[in-house]
Amino acid sequence: MNTAAGLGVEKVHVWRGARHVLKGVSLTLAPGQLLHVAGPNGSGKTTLLRVVCGLLRPESGTVSWGGRPISSVRADYQANLAFASHEAALKADLTALENLHFAVGLKRRASLQDLRRSLERTGVAECSDLPARVLSAGQRRRVAMARVLAMEAALWLLDEPFTNLDAAGTELFAGLLRCHVEGGGAALVVAHHELKPGLEMRRLELAP
Amino acid sequence: MTVGALAAFALLLRRELRLSFRRPDQLLQPLVFFLIVTTLFPLGLSLQLSLLRDMSPGVLWVAALLSSLLSLDSLFKGDADDGTLEQLALCGQELALIVVAKTLAHWLVSGAALVLVSPVVGTALGIPPAAFATMMLSLGLGTLTLSWLGAIGAALTVGLKRGSVLLSLIVLPLAMPLLIFGAGATDRAISGSSALGALYFLGSLCVFTCTLAPFAATIALRITLE
Amino acid sequence: MWTWFYKLASPPYVYGAAAALAPWFLGAAALALGYGLIAGLAIAPPDYQQGEAFRMIYVHVPGALLSMTVYAVMAVASAVALIWRIKVGFAVAAAAAPIGASFTVLALVTGSLWGRPMWGTYWAWDPRLTSELILLFLYVGVMSLRSAFEDPARGDRAAALLATVGVINLPIIHFSVVWWNSLHQGATIVKLGAPSMDASMLWPLLSMWLGFMLFFAAVLCIRVQGEVLNRERQSTWVRMAVKS
Repeated sequence: MNTAAGLGVEKVHVWRGARHVLKGVSLTLAPGQLLHVAGPNGSGKTTLLRVVCGLLRPESGTVSWGGRPISSVRADYQANLAFASHEAALKADLTALENLHFAVGLKRRASLQDLRRSLERTGVAECSDLPARVLSAGQRRRVAMARVLAMEAALWLLDEPFTNLDAAGTELFAGLLRCHVEGGGAALVVAHHELKPGLEMRRLELAP
Repeated sequence: MTVGALAAFALLLRRELRLSFRRPDQLLQPLVFFLIVTTLFPLGLSLQLSLLRDMSPGVLWVAALLSSLLSLDSLFKGDADDGTLEQLALCGQELALIVVAKTLAHWLVSGAALVLVSPVVGTALGIPPAAFATMMLSLGLGTLTLSWLGAIGAALTVGLKRGSVLLSLIVLPLAMPLLIFGAGATDRAISGSSALGALYFLGSLCVFTCTLAPFAATIALRITLE
Repeated sequence: MWTWFYKLASPPYVYGAAAALAPWFLGAAALALGYGLIAGLAIAPPDYQQGEAFRMIYVHVPGALLSMTVYAVMAVASAVALIWRIKVGFAVAAAAAPIGASFTVLALVTGSLWGRPMWGTYWAWDPRLTSELILLFLYVGVMSLRSAFEDPARGDRAAALLATVGVINLPIIHFSVVWWNSLHQGATIVKLGAPSMDASMLWPLLSMWLGFMLFFAAVLCIRVQGEVLNRERQSTWVRMAVKS
């Protein structure tokens, strides 16, 4: 497997206080692959995701992108990733469209039309001009996903993306994941339940 | 296709200003606090303008410090609470750029607003209009420096319980030189002597802080983001 | 080349060094403080202006000097730990902070007691005392920040950054307070050339200063051992050390 153009995590150790949260975790993720990180609560899934993002520096071990450590290619790496945490992370006072505009606009020049199209693809076109405050949890989740889509990033790092979604929403997101991966993108999805994207995926199980 | 630093800075500034103006009540609160604190002194001390005038530089500056600190608490808190701070940290721009944009925007709506309101407060405290120029200049430099010191403090305390009390505790000692020089400059202006010395020091403090504080605030934010 | 340095800065080495050095520092401190106190309190003649009250200088001035020195030590340890990720620096900074705060309180209390016969009041807003007071606030800020974090590693890093920022501000704060006003007598030791104090008064003072420094070194070594053990309690070398 050619990992030169992809994500590599090698023997990462993280302590939170006295707790040894990640004990020598390693993984690889090449373009066109989907990795499901599973495990019970407290097994360190979110911590692993934060380490992969570069937000958390591990005690030991390396995270590399395209063969180089992410600390040395930080700007380039971040420009190529889209992160969705388990909170929808929207500004309550901004409309859905404004939220996308200010978030995506820092990463790439996107026209308002592009952003509206992303909102359509996740099924919340009617929320474009509503402040995020009035949206339901499911709608916020969809707007967050629209943000991920609009960033047009090679690497998707998603933390529990299917929460607060109904069956139709889950089906929709699974389709979007499939589309992304088949188009050559990579995705790392943290979820404590089972995924059924109808696609070949690899799985990493974390133990607490 | 990536976005250049200047364009990103402008976008961030616009974001911050738009968010601030969507909540006008939150913009006005520190200003009202400024007026209230200033009112406490005549109530507690004396209503004679001639007596107040002697204390006015100090009173004005203490009130400005306290109301600035009140608003500084929210510099990173809003974004940290709803999770957008992480999104900003991962947007591919330098974290320092984000910190500079947020702090500058914050100063524009709080510190600069304080400077504009200060003649009103100055009149209430018996400061002669001739001293207004020095007073406003010193407040402008001082609040800008304070915004930067507060940015470091806010970045360090953003996730903590009772973070705002701790913020004041760590920022106020660092802000004491500002108080000394700022009130000193205003005092000299009131008594008619030259305030240039104090203003120069205030200016150099401002430049010094504006140059170094962004680095410290960025490191502080990284520590918080973990 | 740096490997020997990192070895020197490794927690087990520092723990061992601190344990070995502490008794020596303590002994030397006892000698210096002993001479200083006896010579200063009993042998040196009373000052022609201040009378017997001037003897407070033997505790106040070293205390004040140490309060600033300890802050510098804390800040250097913090900066080293932050920049080069040498974790033992955090332990040193955490160990030093309360010692420095105590010296600051000592300087303030002795300064206040000294002021009573000098100025007729227990407190005056003169530059030295005011600077010491602000220094105390800085210490309290660093210690409060460290303890406010649930994750001690983050608390260490936050406190380290604050200590570094504080040390850069210290000269600014001191200068601005001096500019603000002055009642205190001028610096009698740090003047280059002949000090304006008689030798019989000066030597005990220098000895007290040295004694305080050694005392600080001793207490720091003792406290560092505790801080290192606490931070490294999961590692094997600690378990071995505790077992033996």
